[in-house]
Amino acid sequence: MSLKPTETPIPSYRQRLSYHSGLLGGVGLLTGAALAIAHVETHQAIETAKAEEQRALLAQVIPATLYDNNLLADRLKIALPQGGEREVFIGRKNNQVTAVAYELSEPGYSGAIRLLLGLDQTGKILGTRTLSHTETPGLGDKIEIAKNPWVLSFDGKSLQDPGLPAWGVKKDGGVFDQFTGATITPRAYVKAVKEGLVFFEAHRAQIVSSQAPVPVPVPAVAAPPTPASSQGSR
Amino acid sequence: MDISYKTLMRDGLWDNNPVLAQSLALCPTLAVTSTATNGLGMGLATLLVLILTNLVISLFRNIVTPEVRIPVLILLIAAVVTVIDMMINAFLHDLYKVLGLFIPLIVTNCIILGRAEAFASRHSILPSMVDGLAMGLGFTLALVAFGGVREIIGSGTLFANASVLLGSAFKFLELTLIQDYRGYLLMILPPGGFLVMGFFMAGKRAIDARLQQRAHLVSLSHAQASS
Repeated sequence: MSLKPTETPIPSYRQRLSYHSGLLGGVGLLTGAALAIAHVETHQAIETAKAEEQRALLAQVIPATLYDNNLLADRLKIALPQGGEREVFIGRKNNQVTAVAYELSEPGYSGAIRLLLGLDQTGKILGTRTLSHTETPGLGDKIEIAKNPWVLSFDGKSLQDPGLPAWGVKKDGGVFDQFTGATITPRAYVKAVKEGLVFFEAHRAQIVSSQAPVPVPVPAVAAPPTPASSQGSR
Repeated sequence: MDISYKTLMRDGLWDNNPVLAQSLALCPTLAVTSTATNGLGMGLATLLVLILTNLVISLFRNIVTPEVRIPVLILLIAAVVTVIDMMINAFLHDLYKVLGLFIPLIVTNCIILGRAEAFASRHSILPSMVDGLAMGLGFTLALVAFGGVREIIGSGTLFANASVLLGSAFKFLELTLIQDYRGYLLMILPPGGFLVMGFFMAGKRAIDARLQQRAHLVSLSHAQASS
């Protein structure tokens, strides 16, 4: 099987079944170890890069003039009916809730589309950006702001404007453009945003009445009391 | 073992071009080349992976037996691609946001396995890496050409969004060739890929046939002159 004639004949031990399975197992072990090492080495950096990206994106969906608190620290966890919970970032000005942002996910054409939705306190969209997706390059990737301004078409919309039935792509009788050659991607995106709005509508009272975290957080019932704060609380 | 690096480069770029001559990796070729920029991104990512997988396969060539070579090669390739994917994600995150779409596609790219099987598993390290470079460049060239033609006919632009891939210094590459063009959807969709591929393959054959004919005529006239 070789271009150059093999100088030495294949040694007989290589003909044995145990050599083959040993080789395959060895290579499997080796590649597994390489992957594990790479994962350990890069895990932290990937997390950091993703968090940094989220911070930058958060700034894009909520204008800085709308809040005077630390968005990343002011979070509210709301349980979802289908299980799990959604982390809501809350922006406040003078201790009044002025804006919220949270992550949504919806299966697109291939794999989940993750996006960030920013709303003001009335449920009007301030902005939405794609966090990650695996849509077809050149067709479905127009949901990235870097490639197409399409996501800006959501700005200023709400459940009342254009109204629930119009929350779809034009092909389905809605008001949002689909892409040439890709309908599934924008359809999934519109659906995700619509569900985000419905979610806000359902939890608006809870979100608006939520309290800003106290600078030195008093531990809740479940949290173990720290020496400093336990003096005051008990 | 007489491998001339010139032959290797010539093979990769033209004579034995992975797409035009070997008809390998047609799936990513057709799927990704809706714009020249995407073709370039996929091509460069494949180029990097191909050099590294050829290197690794070449290292293992003396202990791998023919009976289990396919699973061993696939394991090695998948590991290399996944490690590259993680490394770019961690340390070149801005590049990952652009290339990240393409890298997982490369695992199933048959150029990689094809070159591993046909070349790297039989040759020493340096020729294997040069072969990876040549084949990668040939692949990139074909993809950019496909993408360019499809993009110009399909949407009237060339290298749209190139600055996202290459950095803002390459903004000058982004051209709008046809103003107020409404686009020709067929070229962006998969059928356009097949059409362009057909024309390119036919074109290569025509050029090769002409070259061969000319070489034949030249040798004939030489023969006549000497007789």
